[in-house]
Amino acid sequence: MRWFWVDRFTEFVSGSHARGLKNVCLDEEVVDRYCPGFPMLPPTLIIEGMAQLGGILVAEHFQFNKRVVLAKVGKAQFHAPARVGDQLCYEVRLDAVQPDGGTVTSTSHCGDQLQAEIDLMFAFLEEGHLVDGPLFEPGDLKVMLQIMNFFSVAVDADGNRFPTYENL
Amino acid sequence: MALTDEEIFSKVQSSLEDALGVDDDEVTMDATLVGDLGAESIDFLDIVFKLEKAFDIQIPREELSPEDILTNSQYVQDGVVTDDGIAELKKRMPWADLSDFEADPKVQNFGNLLTVGDLCRYVGSKVNA
Repeated sequence: MRWFWVDRFTEFVSGSHARGLKNVCLDEEVVDRYCPGFPMLPPTLIIEGMAQLGGILVAEHFQFNKRVVLAKVGKAQFHAPARVGDQLCYEVRLDAVQPDGGTVTSTSHCGDQLQAEIDLMFAFLEEGHLVDGPLFEPGDLKVMLQIMNFFSVAVDADGNRFPTYENL
Repeated sequence: MALTDEEIFSKVQSSLEDALGVDDDEVTMDATLVGDLGAESIDFLDIVFKLEKAFDIQIPREELSPEDILTNSQYVQDGVVTDDGIAELKKRMPWADLSDFEADPKVQNFGNLLTVGDLCRYVGSKVNA
């Protein structure tokens, strides 16, 4: 299933923040159909894009050894619709982590305009909860990260480029 | 710097309003987190994050959720917490009012034990230690 709601990572600093781009295109069915006559990226999918950036930020902090799922949307304020032709710049900052989960604060900008502010909480699935085993087929997450330019921009906690992960 | 009971309650109240989407008048000292305020299991993680941020403290999981005691056959028999288990819970959670739980110490009753007042006393024990 196609479920990419970030086009590419533009910056990734382990344990700190991630930035990414989302282009809003008319050829996406959901953009066309969400509000007929007024094509826009549904706000829920902006949250999903933030969750993808934020989930990876949290998961990477734990070397991709945790099964990270979006647990709560603490805040979601939208200041402007994301219209066709817009390029959204997402920024997600790691707020706090616990052995059971993590929180991030995030913003979406279109040009200089603040488009959305979103706070998210992620939880880690314990073994045997909902599903057993990894959430991704072997290698799938690595391929997704490659597609989204992650490895080209990411630096690890020590500032080194091209980090590697045993669990990917 | 030590905080007064009122200052602690105000921050706990604000944290619970944010985490649970409840109104301030619902967050009373006697209100139970689960029964009265509708907290679900995932909300407890959210509450922990918000309290840690509001008070600049660390909250180890076992301090608010003594699952290791409640799943230990040494302290639980036939779904009921033994006297030793109660003693262990009191030692772990001296800030919690366990009197109602002691009257009917079924493990399943523990989930609805914590009140806003318990949470305030717990935070107070951390920030005013």
